[in-house]
Amino acid sequence: MKFTEEHEWLREEDGVMVVGITTHAAEQLGDVVFIELPEEGTTVSKDDEVVVIESVKAASDILAPVDGEIVEVNSALADNPGAVNDDPQGEAWFFKMSVSDAGQMDEFMDEAAYQQFIA
Amino acid sequence: MSDLAITPLYDLHVELRAKMVPFAGYSMPVQYPMGVLKEHLHTRSAAGLFDVSHMGQVMLSGPSWEAVALAFERLVPMDVLGLADGRQRYGLFTNEAGGIEDDLMFARRGEELFVVVNAACKAADIARMRAGLPEEIIVTELADRALIALQGPGVAAVVEDLDPRAAEMRFMDVADLSLCGHAVWASRSGYTGEDGFEISVAADEAETLVRSLLEQRDVAPIGLGARDSLRLEAGLCLYGHDIDSEIGPVEAGLTWAIQKVRRAGGARAGGYPGADVIDQLFEQGAARRRVGLRPEGRAPMREGVQLYDAAEGGAQIGNVTSGGYGPSVEGPVAMGYVTRPQAEVGTRVWGEVRGKRLPVDVVPLPFVPANFKR
Repeated sequence: MKFTEEHEWLREEDGVMVVGITTHAAEQLGDVVFIELPEEGTTVSKDDEVVVIESVKAASDILAPVDGEIVEVNSALADNPGAVNDDPQGEAWFFKMSVSDAGQMDEFMDEAAYQQFIA
Repeated sequence: MSDLAITPLYDLHVELRAKMVPFAGYSMPVQYPMGVLKEHLHTRSAAGLFDVSHMGQVMLSGPSWEAVALAFERLVPMDVLGLADGRQRYGLFTNEAGGIEDDLMFARRGEELFVVVNAACKAADIARMRAGLPEEIIVTELADRALIALQGPGVAAVVEDLDPRAAEMRFMDVADLSLCGHAVWASRSGYTGEDGFEISVAADEAETLVRSLLEQRDVAPIGLGARDSLRLEAGLCLYGHDIDSEIGPVEAGLTWAIQKVRRAGGARAGGYPGADVIDQLFEQGAARRRVGLRPEGRAPMREGVQLYDAAEGGAQIGNVTSGGYGPSVEGPVAMGYVTRPQAEVGTRVWGEVRGKRLPVDVVPLPFVPANFKR
């Protein structure tokens, strides 16, 4: 699993990247009450706002970590946004995306580096 | 953080691992480890304890109750003189334009008037009282007192166990109680829509009292985050958001707080700032009205969302002044102002969220029925 400075995680699965937010990010957001996911098939560029996540406190944007295409979204989250607090680094992934420039992955942190980043 | 004031309960909040945030010049607990959602639901189902010591507590005294009450009526459009001893009312400071300078609670304690005002406004409110009241009325800020709210259906049993005199108190009664050995001023009121008490206690006794209260069954500490969602579901105004110096009581739907005796034709009509403007609005109706708003989808509509009369094009007819997720409603809830034709319950309007117009219905307030002890 790789981590971004935007508190997202990426996990490779069947040739695409599964993307979600970290446990730390979920704790900071507080209780999540609404999630707006992108359309499957959308082409995105790194740092595009792709997901809107609202907690009891505020709305936040989740940015595309790399260039690519959204191939699948976790539509179960729309009905159960609280899953992001229960299992942010597992069940509550946001979307799967293809990666058009693997080089963009190089800057991401491993778990140890991320833990240091948030410490 | 050094420029922020703290309440007498600051050390306890930190010990309870509250997340502290700046609010109205104070470092205040926005939530505890339980989290806003669970804190909200806990208050609706059991008993929540809130530190509201940042609010201003002020005592007005003078030669007699009549002198104090009549003087205070020059600043607020409420019936103060008619307040029985041991009773409390909701009030508003108005300005010459008929807008609201602050909302407040005032209670008669014998010959004196005990006033509780919002933290952000308290310096201005105290200055307004000192300038606007005759010299014989003494305005004393009770900076040596803390204020705690206990709210929720489980509160009555807890407080009545500690002092059986509490059982005789009805909504908006005030009385002196003894809780866990501490002499307190209690009022049966709050700002969550639930039954409960607001408890004024000497600042240097507050922490000991709160520790004892937190040991009572079902009592949990609740932060400002849940306080906000609770009052929003209860349809109660937050000063600086749902009411302000440019919004008057008629637009805000707070005319119930202006007793007949102070309205045009009443025995003590007018005589407060903006009375002519407010009387005229009573007569004509306001051009815009505060309404409850229930977004159809799941997306919260927060303060500042603009409201339109059509899904596309059309005109802006209002805006959201408070909004978010209502944990008891299990969906988004909001309050805002719309022009009079749209203020009718059942009207469909559209709120613009992230560039998209989303349907929202004008609904009656409150979102959650009040659970007061009448």
